[in-house]
Amino acid sequence: MDYREYLRVERLPHVWCPGCGHGMITHALACAMAELGLDPKKTVVIGGIGCSGRTAFLFNTDAMHTTHGRAVVFATGLKLVRPELTVVLALGDGDAMGIGGNHFIHACRRNIDLTAIVYNNSIYGQTGGQVAPTTPLQKKSTTSPYGNLEPPFDIARVAIAAGATYVARTTSFDFPDMVKFIKRGITHKGFSVIEVLTHCPTYYGRLNDLRDPYEMLHNLKEQTVPIEEWDSLSAEERAGKIVIGELHREERAEFVESYYRLIAQMRDGH
Amino acid sequence: MRAQELVQGNEACARGALYAGCRFFAGYPITPSSEIMEYLAREMPKVGGICLQMEDEIASISAVIGASWGGAKAMTATSGPGFSLMQESIGYAAITETPCVIVDAQRWSPSTGQPTKAAQGDVMQARWGTHGDHPVIVLTASWVREVFEMTVHAFNLSEQYRVPVILLLDEVLAHLRENVILPEPGELEVVERRRPERLEDFKPFSNEMIVNFGEGARLMVTGMAHDEWGFPAQGQKAAEQLQRIVSKIESRADQLALYRAHFVDDADIIIISYGITSRAVEAAGHQLRAQGLAVGWLDLKTLWPFSDKLIRSCTERAQYVLVPELNLGQLVREVERAVRGRVAVEHLGRVDGYLITPQEICQRVQALLRAGVSHGL
Repeated sequence: MDYREYLRVERLPHVWCPGCGHGMITHALACAMAELGLDPKKTVVIGGIGCSGRTAFLFNTDAMHTTHGRAVVFATGLKLVRPELTVVLALGDGDAMGIGGNHFIHACRRNIDLTAIVYNNSIYGQTGGQVAPTTPLQKKSTTSPYGNLEPPFDIARVAIAAGATYVARTTSFDFPDMVKFIKRGITHKGFSVIEVLTHCPTYYGRLNDLRDPYEMLHNLKEQTVPIEEWDSLSAEERAGKIVIGELHREERAEFVESYYRLIAQMRDGH
Repeated sequence: MRAQELVQGNEACARGALYAGCRFFAGYPITPSSEIMEYLAREMPKVGGICLQMEDEIASISAVIGASWGGAKAMTATSGPGFSLMQESIGYAAITETPCVIVDAQRWSPSTGQPTKAAQGDVMQARWGTHGDHPVIVLTASWVREVFEMTVHAFNLSEQYRVPVILLLDEVLAHLRENVILPEPGELEVVERRRPERLEDFKPFSNEMIVNFGEGARLMVTGMAHDEWGFPAQGQKAAEQLQRIVSKIESRADQLALYRAHFVDDADIIIISYGITSRAVEAAGHQLRAQGLAVGWLDLKTLWPFSDKLIRSCTERAQYVLVPELNLGQLVREVERAVRGRVAVEHLGRVDGYLITPQEICQRVQALLRAGVSHGL
């Protein structure tokens, strides 16, 4: 199927700023759906609030634009009553690690069969460039005008520690990897997290002397190291770098299946 | 003839939900509502339903909304602190016209308050707790069997009108055990959501019909102001949609008003009450009638939308209205507004954690009537 089949092309162009990476992530998600041949009528995209939340409006599937940070729990309710649906979450770093951090870690713990794509641009973009739980130390935002004093969350590491059973990290520079990891996340049975590091030229870039979107995109490439090379690097070589790739994969009881097994025992006696 | 059984208020609520077809519950432990979730955790899997203990109340109401869009009749239950946390998503349910039921077993006053003491302090929060203009239906109950019936009714209204329905219980009723004969299958009406005949030209946010996720409608559901298709809208379109969702409930205030009226056509003083307090009013009313006093009483089951017409018609011949409630004055304000100064409205509030007694009501009524006589009324 053509990836355009999954998009509400009549609603394009999207609302994101020129140079923003969100469109590429959304494109990758549509391509992943097309390559998997998902039935658009049995696919649901659920977004939170913020720039990433706007993803939900672009998919020609059932879609839900929820409240800030709660996309994961709206999806939990839906998936439990409609296990046959493929449910994909488009979260921002604020959704996943800020206001919705509690829901995120509990979804990891439950290992419910949802696929969360975290658009991590290290800042609150839609509200005008405030500091995020993912903003690197010393970086500026409209609410950290003298440099951020708080260390950031590493979303992928949090997801792994909390129990997510498929965790990958890539960047909006790596289009083929985005598609590949999203596909694997969707086909993986369990809670899958694909963290995509992306750039916000409008706020993060402007406030941190990085105004050229291409340069920012290129920086993502420069700052990251594939996991295949990571192990051979010394501590000095790793400094300031971020590991990307498929970081974690395990098989563990999936929550919806466990619940329906309970129903089979209690209702049907087997 | 079915035998009586001893049933707790919370259990009656849980059983009413199952009777109504509820197949998804999500909640978070909180006194005095926890027995609802405990009952459903045991019983839901036996009927093929889901009962989920979430990480907090925000997650609970949000999961309920997600499940409702999946086609399940869905409910959560909580008490004041959890009810406060749920407010944002209750607004989401209102603007997205999502059928769902929220039970609030009220406890004493703000914050942690007194978890094991009854109150009726969430009347205004139930109506206005989430921000902005929005529709909501709020019901109450006074007896254990009525908790069952009103839970079923809450689901029926929610599915019929695509609106969140809040059922206000209180600590005493939630934990009270009464001998009851609960309704048999088929005895109470159970309403299912209405679906459009054709999907092609169906506008998902234009009326009270609904299509669930996964049925090919390619729905767009958002808490933003939206048009009939669910896509962001502003200005006149946003105003029209807001007016439509509010008026679908408010315009039916008289039709949605459930109540029990006793001797209101023949009374100098009308006692207006709801919830647990109505039990004391009923006892006091009969005592006062036996003393030959012209007392009537109106027991409201529907608090919101508030039927001004009902209040006016029931107080037409009275000189006094007395509103006893376990707070410092909430529903009494609506009564005052509805009667427009034509009748003197008195409040009898109690906030020490104990119930208003029939004796208190009798004394107040007797005092009012004596004062009325001395004023030549």
